[in-house]
Amino acid sequence: MMPEAIAALTEQISNFGNASSLHATGRAARKKVEEARESIARSVGCAPSEVIFTGSGTESNNLAIKGFYWSAIARNPNRNVVIVSAFEHHATLEPVEWLEEHEGAIVRRIPISPAGIVDLKALTAIIESERDRISVICVMHSNNEIGTIQPIKEIVALAGSIPVHCDAVQSFGKVAFDFEELGLHSATISAHKIGGPFGIAALILKNGIDITPVLHGGGQERDIRSGTLNTPAIVAFGVASRLSIEERDRNYEVVSGLRRLLATVVNEAVSDAQINGNSAHMLPGILSVTFPGTEGDSLLVMLDNVGISTSTGSACSAGVQRTSHVLLALGLSETVARGTLRFSLGRTTTESEVIRVGEVIAGIVMKARAALTIAGKGGGEKA
Amino acid sequence: MSGGVDSAVAAARMVDAGHEVIGVHLALSSNPQKYRSGARGCCTIEDSHDARRAADVIGIPFYIWDMAEEFHDSVVENFIEEYSQGRTPNPCLRCNEKIKFAAVLDRAKALGYDAVATGHYAQLRKNENGQTMHRAVDPLKDQSYVLAVLNRNQIAGALFPLGDTKKEDIRKEAQKRGLFVANKPDSHDICFIPSGNNAGWLRDRLGNQSGPIVNELGEQIGEHQGAFTYTIGQRRGLHLSVPTETGSPRYVLQVEAKTNTVVVGSRESLAVTTIVGEKPIWCGEAPQKEIQHRGFAQVRAHGAALACTFTATDTSITAQLDEPLMGLATGQGLAIYDGDRVVGSATVSETY
Repeated sequence: MMPEAIAALTEQISNFGNASSLHATGRAARKKVEEARESIARSVGCAPSEVIFTGSGTESNNLAIKGFYWSAIARNPNRNVVIVSAFEHHATLEPVEWLEEHEGAIVRRIPISPAGIVDLKALTAIIESERDRISVICVMHSNNEIGTIQPIKEIVALAGSIPVHCDAVQSFGKVAFDFEELGLHSATISAHKIGGPFGIAALILKNGIDITPVLHGGGQERDIRSGTLNTPAIVAFGVASRLSIEERDRNYEVVSGLRRLLATVVNEAVSDAQINGNSAHMLPGILSVTFPGTEGDSLLVMLDNVGISTSTGSACSAGVQRTSHVLLALGLSETVARGTLRFSLGRTTTESEVIRVGEVIAGIVMKARAALTIAGKGGGEKA
Repeated sequence: MSGGVDSAVAAARMVDAGHEVIGVHLALSSNPQKYRSGARGCCTIEDSHDARRAADVIGIPFYIWDMAEEFHDSVVENFIEEYSQGRTPNPCLRCNEKIKFAAVLDRAKALGYDAVATGHYAQLRKNENGQTMHRAVDPLKDQSYVLAVLNRNQIAGALFPLGDTKKEDIRKEAQKRGLFVANKPDSHDICFIPSGNNAGWLRDRLGNQSGPIVNELGEQIGEHQGAFTYTIGQRRGLHLSVPTETGSPRYVLQVEAKTNTVVVGSRESLAVTTIVGEKPIWCGEAPQKEIQHRGFAQVRAHGAALACTFTATDTSITAQLDEPLMGLATGQGLAIYDGDRVVGSATVSETY
């Protein structure tokens, strides 16, 4: 967390006024909440009334997806088609699949190009054939495993009046993201990804749109999200979002530079390493690399042992690693995808840490290849 | 680390002994069950969570290694194949032989580690020729039988830090160490058949294959839905309508896969005095071939040590039992002991 956000959180935590109460302490809390809301609105490029606080990015995505779906089919039961890109985060895919299993949704998945961009031609075809039946289109602003930024503006143009929901958790505070300019109906942002606290996020929802709530209660947030406002976390979220925007361009330069350096040192050390995801616009802090003939699990253990933290696919329940659906969506085979690691870089990453990866990676990849060869599964297939 | 008390204490003891230790939990199913019902299953999400918590308490790194594919190929497929051949395999032996002390050990060594330590109850003793494996001090928990499938190289990469302690003391030690897995029940069933219904599970995979149930004279006295669901010595589930003359119960004597026939008969006909095992494995120095040795045979995980005279060749072990044994299925493991020392093992291929 940013020190300024910690200071804001700890200061506010001892003021226990309920922002929904009308007495003086309540009003004081409400003032803080509204200031934070305005700060976030400025950072996101939306009106303050378009910021709906929630408890997590997952909650925001659930609210948007189910909310749009339920309100669409309430008006017209035939509007039960949901479009989703094939490599969304689980926080989007799971609610969509839940609607498919339990609520009669018909789901169309947009294929992904090998470079890691949603296939606009395929999307155009889906929209043209089912325009009147689509309740919502969900495409993330940037992919959390490979870092490619998606053509959201083009997607919104193709969608016309169809709502587009954009999970911007990875992008907000890292790269340019302007809600109004993109023309979105809704977007998800989360505090913990920008140096704010855990447990606070927002759904940005265009004014004038009512979606069906998921949680029913006091209707604290625009009658769309109920639950007592988490004032200290909201205040810290406001501070973090302001600072992350102020520092964004400088951080982008620094972290992008480190990412390029990391890609270079990894490629120099392991000549057949493949960088996944390739577009003109990338997140600065994510580098996905496939090391042919290895298992990511083995690489992770050895890198961890020398103090370098990485991830393989996304760990789901119980930490059982499953082959990443993102990498499979790019067209990687299961075997190749398993030899993939994700490096995450941020404002606290240093150049010497990146150089350290370059020093150890060749030896570690060699050992991981030996481990797989012993298991009788090595060699042969390449990315 | 399975998530149970034994592997947790084993890991803690290895740390105490000064080793650099990492905890590894094996994901053996590509669709892990969320929660165990009773003691069944050993690779649920709950178990991996418990293993992670134990590693946290001990203060070691913890990883989950996905061995689902290896497990399926070498244990589950083998299990189905053996049953379809009319044999009764022991998948825990295969798992030790092919996964825990093969795939896991090999990967660990390739990554720079020296050995795999597990919570099995058995003892290793060093001598001038390497190591020998012995029964654990706790006779009720001794697991040397399921480890008898390991060869010398595998034993050289194995550590069993619990073999010198009784299970009840391990439970107490776990409690003292703050490992909250201390009160879990032991698991006994086949982990990949959480329902416990082995016959149903096999039928789902091999289909219904009806065939005759015959008596020792070859006369048909019933019908079955798949010979592979029967095991030698089995008494229940025969559903025979023709009683024996004396009304005595009938037992499965033979499962003939080729003709899909189940042969039943009297308990006396189950008696076995000679056991022949194939594919011998020696976990220490191999005994001198083609000569008779005195020793003990064990054919079940918690079975008795049966006094015997055995002879080894390059491809077999033959054990002559002093006293007959009632009912032994082919496919089971035959372990040979010299006192409390494990000499080796083979897969039962013939009995008479």
